[in-house]
Amino acid sequence: MIARKRERPIEPLLWMLFSAGGMASALLFPALVFLFGLAFPLGWLPPTHYEHLRALVLHPLTRLVLFGVCMLSLFHWAHRFKYTLYDGLQVQHLNELINAFCYGGAIVGTMVAGYVLATL
Amino acid sequence: MTHQPIYRDYHPRWLRPRMSTYWWLGKWPYVKFILRELSSIFVAWFVVYLLVMVYMVSRGESSYRDFLNLSANPVMLTVNVIAFFFITFHALTWFAVAPQAIVAHIGKKKVPAILIAAAHYGAWVVVSALIFWLLLR
Repeated sequence: MIARKRERPIEPLLWMLFSAGGMASALLFPALVFLFGLAFPLGWLPPTHYEHLRALVLHPLTRLVLFGVCMLSLFHWAHRFKYTLYDGLQVQHLNELINAFCYGGAIVGTMVAGYVLATL
Repeated sequence: MTHQPIYRDYHPRWLRPRMSTYWWLGKWPYVKFILRELSSIFVAWFVVYLLVMVYMVSRGESSYRDFLNLSANPVMLTVNVIAFFFITFHALTWFAVAPQAIVAHIGKKKVPAILIAAAHYGAWVVVSALIFWLLLR
């Protein structure tokens, strides 16, 4: 028999980030991608006035919310995409590389988001 | 994760038939599973898009106009149409399975699954309405 895999103590934290990110992106992103991705460019709705959008984006509360949503969504991606590679492509032997790419990507992305939002 | 089983010499090979890479094609529940997994790529894409938008808005009005032009680029539009479908698919399936992840009790009674799902869809409508109100005023 193959011994049971060692439990990774970080697993519950990663799952919580995945779950919180899934919730945050599910609640906020459909409306946002509809407006900024489709409705404004296709002229279905008039784009937000510049001054109004600027004030909204620069508001500390908006920036804080955006940072949280970006961080959680990136960790959501990392966790889910990792298993997409595992299950979809069956590349379990590249375990370490996939983990580094996914979680490393989420960490770097979070830092970039933090930098962008803090220095607007 | 670094645990390796120790193999003895002349040990017979394990019988471990390899699954096809396309094992998920052909049955709708499996295709749905893979589509749901793939939605995460578009969630990550939209984080990038959102940050670009915020950054360009902060750079001034002409920069905002550049962003609007960029978003109307055919390639960008195509990507965002696909992203819209995947992200909406993610939201719908996410709220649909919420009752399986959350088991709530009121007193001794278990809250029915349909109520938990309905609460999530309700929250989605409220949040979306708030976003529309904030951006379309």
